[in-house]
Amino acid sequence: MTLWWIGDIVLLVVIFPVVVYLLRGVLEAARSIVAPVREIATVAAAGSKDLDAAALLLTTQDQVTRTVAGVAAYGGSLDVILDDAQAE
Amino acid sequence: MPAAGVVLIVAVLMIVLALVYFLVATIVALWRVTAGLDEVIAGVGEIVRKSEPVNDVVSAINEQLDAGVDLLEGLLVKKAGMSDAMGLIEGAYPGAAAAGLRNFPESTDVEAPRIGEIYTRGTLSLARLGREAPIAALSPQGAVLRNVEGGSLAARELYPDVRHTSPENLPRSPAIGVDAPDQYERRDDIGAPRKRLPARRP
Repeated sequence: MTLWWIGDIVLLVVIFPVVVYLLRGVLEAARSIVAPVREIATVAAAGSKDLDAAALLLTTQDQVTRTVAGVAAYGGSLDVILDDAQAE
Repeated sequence: MPAAGVVLIVAVLMIVLALVYFLVATIVALWRVTAGLDEVIAGVGEIVRKSEPVNDVVSAINEQLDAGVDLLEGLLVKKAGMSDAMGLIEGAYPGAAAAGLRNFPESTDVEAPRIGEIYTRGTLSLARLGREAPIAALSPQGAVLRNVEGGSLAARELYPDVRHTSPENLPRSPAIGVDAPDQYERRDDIGAPRKRLPARRP
């Protein structure tokens, strides 16, 4: 009977607090993940929205192609009009 | 049942209740994490999808710009010469000459003339339009040719004329008038009455 009481005391004083402590740690760790995941989801959505302008790169590419073509034509004309520099 | 047994059952029940409470709470938290990660995955997937063509487009733009840079650098060096080219670059963008030209590594060794202090932008190129343009006859290499504060000698030195060197003989000025060695025939119609057209009859 004495050993039984000793077992009860150990169960209530040692094992129960340890179990509660460990489970509470797991719960706090799980809850601490929720907020950062929400923030990551918000940032990912914002980043995705920022990339909506990426389609304009096609317009930029077209403009750059036209500009370089114009520069090439202008450079070709200058090459004909201007004398080459004399060798130094 | 002895009292110790009752206490044991109560203790076990307390442990089980604690397990149930904390494990259920943990499961709920993990559900929220899963839902958040689903949103993250959706957002990241959208980012990947939208940024997929960016690499190719930017590479194509860079290729075009590289071609433009090659063209302009080559044209500038060909037409202005390496030294003047670096002077023009330095004049237009102070400090840029130190970086040199991408296709001309030797350009970093060139001491850029202070073209920006002598000419306005583009003046040198415009001057080179004329093969005999006086301003193009002298190179801007070396010291500043024109004193911006107002120096007449510096201005005269821009021209290939040798007057500023005080030579013994200068080319004679052309002679004009009746005693000139070159005489031109006078046109008959100059000074004559203007021809009158016949009047129209009604």
